[in-house]
Amino acid sequence: MNVLAYLIPVSLILGGLGLAGFIYTLRSSQYEDPEGDSRRILSDTWDQHPRPDDGGQVRKDRPSDN
Amino acid sequence: MTGQPAAMGCPGCMAAPADRVEVPPADATLMLSLPGIHCQSCIATVEAALNAVPGVHSARVNLTRRQVSVNAAPGLKAEDLAACVRNAGHEAWELDPAALQETRTGSAGRDLLMRMAVAGFAAMNVMLLSVAVWSGAADATRDLFHWISAAITLPALAFSAQPFFRNAYSALSARRLNMDVPISLAIVLAVATSLWETWLSGAHAYFDAALTLTFFLLAGRWLEARARSAARSAAEELTALEVPRALVLRGAGMQEVPVAELRIGDHVLVRPGARAPVDGIITDGASEVDRSALTGETLPVRRVSGDHMSAGEVNLTGPLRIEATAVGQQTSLHQLAALVAVAESGRSRYTSLADRAAKLYAPGVHILAALAFIGWLIWSGDMRVAANIAAAVLIITCPCALGLAVPAVTTAASGRLFSKGLLIKDSTALERLAEVDTVVFDKTGTLTEGTPHLIDAEALSPDQMAVAAALAQGSSHPLSKAIVAAVPRAMVPAPVTGLQEYPGYGTSGTWQGKTVRLGRPAWLGADAGQPQLCTALQIGDDAPVRLMFEDNLRQGAHDLIRSLQADGARVILLSGDRPAAVQHVAEELNIETALAEMLPRDKIRYISDLTDEGARVLMIGDGLNDTGALAAAHVSISPAQALDAARAASDIVLLGRDLAPVADAIATSRKARRRISENFRIATLYNVVAVPLAVAGFATPLIAALAMSLSSITVSLNALRVGGAKR
Repeated sequence: MNVLAYLIPVSLILGGLGLAGFIYTLRSSQYEDPEGDSRRILSDTWDQHPRPDDGGQVRKDRPSDN
Repeated sequence: MTGQPAAMGCPGCMAAPADRVEVPPADATLMLSLPGIHCQSCIATVEAALNAVPGVHSARVNLTRRQVSVNAAPGLKAEDLAACVRNAGHEAWELDPAALQETRTGSAGRDLLMRMAVAGFAAMNVMLLSVAVWSGAADATRDLFHWISAAITLPALAFSAQPFFRNAYSALSARRLNMDVPISLAIVLAVATSLWETWLSGAHAYFDAALTLTFFLLAGRWLEARARSAARSAAEELTALEVPRALVLRGAGMQEVPVAELRIGDHVLVRPGARAPVDGIITDGASEVDRSALTGETLPVRRVSGDHMSAGEVNLTGPLRIEATAVGQQTSLHQLAALVAVAESGRSRYTSLADRAAKLYAPGVHILAALAFIGWLIWSGDMRVAANIAAAVLIITCPCALGLAVPAVTTAASGRLFSKGLLIKDSTALERLAEVDTVVFDKTGTLTEGTPHLIDAEALSPDQMAVAAALAQGSSHPLSKAIVAAVPRAMVPAPVTGLQEYPGYGTSGTWQGKTVRLGRPAWLGADAGQPQLCTALQIGDDAPVRLMFEDNLRQGAHDLIRSLQADGARVILLSGDRPAAVQHVAEELNIETALAEMLPRDKIRYISDLTDEGARVLMIGDGLNDTGALAAAHVSISPAQALDAARAASDIVLLGRDLAPVADAIATSRKARRRISENFRIATLYNVVAVPLAVAGFATPLIAALAMSLSSITVSLNALRVGGAKR
């Protein structure tokens, strides 16, 4: 039964990580445009290297450089 | 250059433009509506086109909302960006970011989603511990598990069940009962008795039930909130499409000012193609005016200096200068809006199916739980047993499935209709649409395109056609546009020189040394004939040739009327147009009851009379003259091309040009209604089975969890069948 002493905290922490992840995605507006995001994956614009900013809502002045 | 409304403050500050500080050159966020985009390559084209504009920092398309938000340097105007997107081959409209501000965040939905996530996380962890208890954990282990469950449940519920507690509190303080009262009571009682049991090392705790309950109910609420915010944002997008600006003659020159700032006595310039923003007297210019939005007349009316012009009329040929006699709320346009308000107050308040269910349900549940409590208290004399059983009854009867029954169906049905081009603005519109047995149509712009179409193009010689095309080019008169549209693609307009427009009469020019004229038959000396849509063409000294026009029926009108009549619905046509034009359309569509020359007031009265006779009226119309009727009807639909007053008054907006989806909408709404009542039956059936168990004291937490999840899942799956036949 001693194993419970580890397993219960472990399950809580893992679940908590999932929750934290979800809250992060929610906060960073990742559910704003589900339809668009599912299409954007087909674009090859940023295949070579990631977009030079965070992809979120706050962006500095850097027009796209393909 | 006007200051960009980047930071909209309170309305009070906006009212004092003198204080506007021009100093901070903050980046502006501009919004464009892109109704036509649908795929990855559209996104890429639009974004590339916008990013290529100097001064644009970034552009991001939102395909779900069909919008693009552009982060740009202060100098850029949304109009220019829209033009740039149009050049790239996509329809684009300027949006007013201030009107979209509150909907863009969708904060209510996000808040519910967050609470749902917390409830879901907690429910899963507690369920894990509960399964251990159900499969035989005993004594100290069981107590430990219960305590851990309590430690997770209490904070999680304190956060995620707040919406229910708040609603229940506000209902109770207004001395009403709503669905949230039994929900809150069940949650609180479940947690309280479970804590008590845990304290006394009891066998049963309902922590998991309280959490799953909260989770499922939040899911229902979230679906509702999402559907509502989608409808609202789309509706506001439509209002934002009309950016209200007017050209005013002040002091030395022209000034572009918001319509709200116009005053009586201002001289307003109305360009050809523009809508008059105020009521006024024409002081300068002559033109033809399209009154179809206000009255439903298809024929333009001639207006000269000294005539009266009403707000909402569209100027067609020559520039007009009008002196404002009424602005804002006093214009005839707004008086129509007042008619709408009256009609709306007459419409009996519709109580949704969910509300009706809740009205029956909430007291029933409380009485049942109270009876169980009292019964067991008398029978066993044990407070603890009685409280446990009352909690079990509340949990079992808690309207999980009921909470999902309606929103799940509405979401599935609205999604299906949106993909067909119908936007449901009101949450109960689908239920009301399902009851419709009488359909009333407006003519101009609803059953017909609202734009004329040249009917005897073959009768003209190629030369005549080419000259007519050359003369018609560049004019915004609907008949000229119709001529240009009727020109065969291979034909090049004749090289007519010296084009001159005579506002209110027509256009003239010179071709091969001869004077050519296109315009009113009377102007060219042709006999006016019957007052039909007609214009005349004269080449040199030849006799004038008459060109006849007709207002085309809207695509899908035939099919819609036929399927409505096959369905047994009464179809009625009410129009403000002349009897001949109305009769023609009615005959073509085989509509028996057709009334012409109806004033807005008549339409409202006609519909209220029908309603008094017990008919459930669906009104489909687009004009300002229809707004009252739209508001008075049981449920109403307007096309997206309608004026925003009409769209605001209607429950459903038809996005495409085709009328056929209306028949679909009625079919889908009936299906949705069937699903909703099936869902209610499923939920009831489950209560009929589970409640006696709970009252008899046999309901364990395991049974509660099973029954609850099963019924919720069945109800959701049943709802999905509405959207099922999509392919």
